[in-house]
Amino acid sequence: MTKIVVVTSGKGGVGKTTTSAALATGLAMRGHKTTVIDFDVGLRNLDLIMGCERRVVYDLVNVINGDANLKQGLIKDKRVENLFILPASQTRDKDALSQEGVEKVLNGLRDMEMEYVICDSPAGIEKGALMAAYFADEAIVVTNPEVSSVRDSDRILGILSSKTRKAELGEGDIPARLLLTRYSPERVERGEMLSVEDVQEILAVDLLGVIPESQAVLNASNSGAPVILDLESDAGLAYADAVARFIGEERPHRFLTAAKKGLFGRLFGG
Amino acid sequence: MTVSIEEKASFEFKGRMLMATVLYLKDLDSRSLHQQISQRLEDAAQWLLDAPVVVDVAHPEEASQVELLTAVDTLRGLGVNLVALARHPELDDQVAAMLGLGSINLANGRDVARSEPPARTGNSKAAPAAAAEDTLVVEQPVRSGQQVYARGDLIVLAPVSTGAELLAEGNIHIYSTLRGRALAGVRGNEAARIFCQDLDAELVSIAGHYRVAEDLPDAYRRKPVQMSLDGDAMSFADLMGKS
Ligand SMILES: Nc1ncnc2c1ncn2[C@@H]1O[C@H](COP(=O)(O)OP(=O)(O)OP(=O)(O)O)[C@@H](O)[C@H]1O
Ligand SMILES: [Mg+2]
Repeated sequence: MTKIVVVTSGKGGVGKTTTSAALATGLAMRGHKTTVIDFDVGLRNLDLIMGCERRVVYDLVNVINGDANLKQGLIKDKRVENLFILPASQTRDKDALSQEGVEKVLNGLRDMEMEYVICDSPAGIEKGALMAAYFADEAIVVTNPEVSSVRDSDRILGILSSKTRKAELGEGDIPARLLLTRYSPERVERGEMLSVEDVQEILAVDLLGVIPESQAVLNASNSGAPVILDLESDAGLAYADAVARFIGEERPHRFLTAAKKGLFGRLFGG
Repeated sequence: MTVSIEEKASFEFKGRMLMATVLYLKDLDSRSLHQQISQRLEDAAQWLLDAPVVVDVAHPEEASQVELLTAVDTLRGLGVNLVALARHPELDDQVAAMLGLGSINLANGRDVARSEPPARTGNSKAAPAAAAEDTLVVEQPVRSGQQVYARGDLIVLAPVSTGAELLAEGNIHIYSTLRGRALAGVRGNEAARIFCQDLDAELVSIAGHYRVAEDLPDAYRRKPVQMSLDGDAMSFADLMGKS
C-alpha cells in the first residue's frame, strides 16, 4: 500500500521543502521505499535541497505530458537507498498540473510499490497546492510559531477537509498533523513567538514534532544534503524524532526549552 | 499623494456586516429552477425574498452565458433579491456585469458548503432523532475562512478559529473557544442567544446588534459566557450564572 502524504502550510517560506526532504530521506533511511515530489512548478527548489539539481533531466510536468515516462523522470538519490526525487519544472506554469496527470504519476508510483510518496506543496491555496493535496491520504501542516503562519495553517486545515479526493468521496477528513518549525524557545520565553501550547490550542490537531530554529538547516541546504542526515544537529535529531512518530513510534518532544547560550548549548540541544 | 488628509470624510466604512444567503445552483435548467424555487416560496421560505442572495454556480465550466442569463431572469422573476454572483476561476469576470450583478468572492463559503457536516446530507441514513429538526451540530473545528450557516440552532463542539464565521437563525452554542465570529438570530430573532465556553471572539452579534473584539467587556473575555439582547444592546452574563 502506497501512502501519499502532502506537506503543506498556506504561508510561504515556513519550511515545507526542508521538511519534505527530511521526511522522505528519513523514511528511506529506515528502509521504506519513498519518492518525494516537488509540486512547486515554476520555482523548483527541492532538487537543490536534495542536492540533485545537476542530475535533473525531466520533471513532473514532462512525466504528466508524456514527454518522459515515470522511470525517466525519477532521480535516484545517491546517498540513501530507496529514495527517489521527482523534481518540478522551472519553465512551465502551474496549469500544466492536471488532476488526471497527477493521478497518473501517483498510480505509476503505486505500481512501483512505493511505500510513501511525499508531496512538497507550494505556498498558497492555488492550483499547485490543491493538486499536491488532492490525492493525499495524510497531511503534514508545517507552521512557524507566529500568528500569520498559524492563521494560514488553520485555513489550509479547513481546505484539506473539503478539497481532497477522500473528502469528495465522502470518506471524511484525511488525518492532518502539525509540524512546528523554526521554533526558538528563547524567543518564546521573551514573548516574541507563540509557544507550542498556544499553537496546538489554536489549531487543535495532533503534534508531529517541533523543529528548532537552527543554523544546521541553512548549512544543510547550502550543501544540498537534507538536514536529517546531520544527526549531530538539533534540527536533524528533531526531524528524526518526527519521522519516528510519523510511522507510529512514541518519542518525547525535545528542544522545547531554552538551551544554554553559546555554541555548545546549541550543539547539544535543550 | 494629492489628497489632503485633513479633508472632511464624506464617507465612512461601517464594518463588514453583509448578511447574504448563498443560492448554490446545482443545475441551471430554468424550468426546474422556477418550479422548485416557487415551491420553496410557498413553503413559507419568504425570507428568500428579503435576504440579499448571492448566486453560486456549481459547475461554472459547463454553464453557458445564455443558461446563466435565463436562470438569473427566472430568479428575479420570482422576486428573489439577487445581489451578486460568486466569483469563480472558470467564470469570466465580465459575466457578473453582464447579468447586472455584483461579483463576490465566496471561495471559503464554498468550501464549507461542500464539507458541511453530515447532519444535512446523509439522505441514505435515517436522520438522528435526538437533534431538533433544524439544529445543526458541528463536531469538527471551524477553520479560518469557513462559514457555517444553520437554519435553526447551531451547536459547535470544537474550536472556532479566527477568520471563521458562524451564522444561525436561532441560538449558537459553542462548547469550546470562540475566536472567530458568531452571529445568532441572523433573520432578526432578537430572542436568540449565544452561549460559549471560552469567549475570545472577533465579533458577536444577535439580530444584527453586534460587538467587535475591542468592545467585548474585559470581565467576560476568555470566560464561559452567554450573550443575549437587552433592547438594542448585547448583554453578557456568566454562562453558569443566574438565568
Ligand atoms: N528549522 C529551521 N531553522 C532555520 N532555518 C530554517 C528552518 N527551516 C527552514 N528554514 C529556512 O527557511 C527558509 C524557507 O524554507 P523552505 O524552503 O523549506 O520553506 P518552504 O515552506 O518550502 O518555502 P516555499 O513556500 O517558498 O516553498 C529556507 O531558507 C530554510 O533554510
Ligand atoms: Mg518550498
